[in-house]
Amino acid sequence: MNFPRLPDQPAIYFILAAFLLATGIFGLIRRRTFIGMLISGELIFAAAGLNFMTVNRFMAPDPAVGQIVVLFIMGLAAAEVAIALSIILAVYRNYRSIHSKELSELKG
Amino acid sequence: MSPFPLSAYLVAAIFGFVVATTVAGALIAILSQRIIRSVAGLALCSLGLAGLYYFLNSPFLALMEILIYVGAVCVTIIFGVMLSETDEPKPQGKPGRERWWAAIAALVSVAIFWGLAHTSLYGAWPVAGAPETDGSIQTIGVSLLTTYSLPFELISLVLLVAILGALTLAHGGRSKP
Repeated sequence: MNFPRLPDQPAIYFILAAFLLATGIFGLIRRRTFIGMLISGELIFAAAGLNFMTVNRFMAPDPAVGQIVVLFIMGLAAAEVAIALSIILAVYRNYRSIHSKELSELKG
Repeated sequence: MSPFPLSAYLVAAIFGFVVATTVAGALIAILSQRIIRSVAGLALCSLGLAGLYYFLNSPFLALMEILIYVGAVCVTIIFGVMLSETDEPKPQGKPGRERWWAAIAALVSVAIFWGLAHTSLYGAWPVAGAPETDGSIQTIGVSLLTTYSLPFELISLVLLVAILGALTLAHGGRSKP
């Protein structure tokens, strides 16, 4: 593998996307607060976007499609963050805590 | 030919820096105990991703990544951190049990990483043909207004509903002091 040609090969982008997905899932399992889990979810979104862009750059016939898809992914991630943070704030007002271990009761 | 003899190595060095920024940001985001450092790690990771998008021939997405993730998402999460008490609690269970769970989580993520990396390195990927368009910002704009106009309108609707829902949810639980 020629070192200066590394940015022009898809391998390292794929490995980096897999790494971001793995760290996101690790954080999602290990984090004990909701905001930490939200940040891990953002890492998973970033991994998906990077994967789309890699396939778009190296294998897709039309390079504009992947960019549009990644733009939509970013918009959905922003909407998800807004909703999740407002839910977190509502939960914090009710329970005075956002630690996932202490929120173990449901009321219908 | 490149005008400068070492320019290929210079580009490779910048690429390595960008990759290191992304990896370091992701590790800070999941491993730090203070949640505000975790948000800073996410911002660092987004900056590295913007550089990666630039290397992937898309300066438009690089700018959007900085604008949306660093400018909007991280700032929103920081506001959420300020409005609630968010540091990681001390583990309450027995330390041996905690370590056991950490080992299981690490095993799961390493397995996912290894499987995906192996697939992407040795999988049968199709060979790229000649690109039909140049993928410039002008092409993206024309596609957004012709082929992808319905998803474009729908995502604006999704964002509107998300804003209204966020307002309603955050307003609902408020009690008089």
